[in-house]
Amino acid sequence: MTDMAWIDLALRSARPRAVGALLRYFGDLDAAEEAFQEACLAALSKWPENGPPRDVAAWLIFVGRNAALDVVRRRAKDRPLPSEDALSDTDDAEGALAAQLDDAHYRDDILRLLFVCCHPELPSTQQIALALRIVCGMTVKEIARAFLVGETAMEQRITRAKARIAAAAIPFETPAPEERAARLRTVAAMIYLVFNEGYSATGGEAQRRAPLCGEAIRLGRLLLRLFADEPEMMGLLALLLLQHARAAARLDADGAIVLLEDQDRALWDRQAIAEGVALLDKAMRHRRPGPYQVQAAIAALHDRAATAAATDWAEIDTLYATLERLTPSPVVTLNRAVAVAKLRGPAEALALIEPLAPKLSGYFHFFGVRGALLAQLGRSDEARAAFDRAIALANTAVEAAHIRMHLDRLGRGA
Amino acid sequence: MLYALLCYNDEQAVGSWSKEEDAAVMDKLAAVNDRLAREKKLGPVARLMQTTAATTLRKSGKNRGLEAGDEAPLVLDGPFAETKEQLLGFFVVDCANLEEALAITRELGVANPGGAYEIRPIALYLPGSLTKEPA
Repeated sequence: MTDMAWIDLALRSARPRAVGALLRYFGDLDAAEEAFQEACLAALSKWPENGPPRDVAAWLIFVGRNAALDVVRRRAKDRPLPSEDALSDTDDAEGALAAQLDDAHYRDDILRLLFVCCHPELPSTQQIALALRIVCGMTVKEIARAFLVGETAMEQRITRAKARIAAAAIPFETPAPEERAARLRTVAAMIYLVFNEGYSATGGEAQRRAPLCGEAIRLGRLLLRLFADEPEMMGLLALLLLQHARAAARLDADGAIVLLEDQDRALWDRQAIAEGVALLDKAMRHRRPGPYQVQAAIAALHDRAATAAATDWAEIDTLYATLERLTPSPVVTLNRAVAVAKLRGPAEALALIEPLAPKLSGYFHFFGVRGALLAQLGRSDEARAAFDRAIALANTAVEAAHIRMHLDRLGRGA
Repeated sequence: MLYALLCYNDEQAVGSWSKEEDAAVMDKLAAVNDRLAREKKLGPVARLMQTTAATTLRKSGKNRGLEAGDEAPLVLDGPFAETKEQLLGFFVVDCANLEEALAITRELGVANPGGAYEIRPIALYLPGSLTKEPA
């Protein structure tokens, strides 16, 4: 790895801390980002020669703040530029600053930075774009590519999102514990959203969106580092790792979905599974179950089964029942039905999902599952009708193709 | 004398390596390991999961939890100490002296840029016999 590649990684990993602190200082996202950019330029010119500073984030905050203040002063007094040396002469002050900025400061800074990206007035697509740009430091070009839009369109989307945030008040006071917990929940949901944007992509999109899963995992780690004793943060990171572990086996060469039971388990990432399981073990010790922990536990049961036939469906059924209690939703019940079908047969599973019909009448997966259960029961005509409905509701060509495969099987069986 | 070579680095930066970058560093380290193994100087080697997967057991300051009335040890989430670098793993090497341990550490340092190694003599050594894969 070259020096420059190393510096690039150091800047990337210090980014949330540095931009978070600069946001607190300037109270404005654009100013914070500009100051961070200035500091990065200074780092690229100084570090190869002098070596990286001991505390990268503190250095960037100090240099970024000074550079931005210089701009303000220059505009105010139109005085000559400060010399290069003045900028680099920060060693003593840097130590003092690092001492002031302990982890507690950083914690609320980073949480605030993530939280402003989740402003309730922002649609989820804008929240995700903003978080990827501001917190993760992805370029507008990279984000535009992931979302299949032009660079200009993405630039506008991000600018609009920033304007909305600027119009709303950014919360700068140190949050009370309940407020902090609420922010944490909001941010966790946004991180899961980022992950799903990457994870749910299929076909040609899958390749372009793959980096989003990695970014979400990075954000999950960041959050868990700041809130080390929060079982739901352990659960969230475990969930992301345990799902992402199957990435290499989830899509075939054409980008079509490969069902869990058909996946080549040799392609699963054992290291990610081991880490996910370790995190889940840590979380369960707290005996404070939450939706992320339960979903992670379900993913872990799939990941640890040597073969599809060896899957512990009884335990998965129990976990889905717990999830139904924690977060009642027809979609959770629909997922549970898959476990019930394996455990107690398609008739019982069908009885479980029939009451969901009014609520899920526009949901692709409902008709996919319903069709599969009816097909298993030999009720081919009804199954065909359900699959037709699913195709009509399919969000992507890949989803539709998947249902057509079911229809073909039905045709052959008849 | 046996020495433990403890590998420290910024795990957030290391965690940002791509799969290829990670594999390249591991290959270079493996090359050093291979030679040491041939010279029969290499004990167990471990790479640790990130500190987010760590749990710390902290004993009470006054007592050690061994006698009746002692407070139970505290179990905490996260690594033992918050520092800029994190422990990424350790090597156990059999060296004639500190000079040789330093020479090996320098060699590992070239293969794996950044961060630091801590070299510490070992008082108790257990070679271990686990051969199974994790999870």
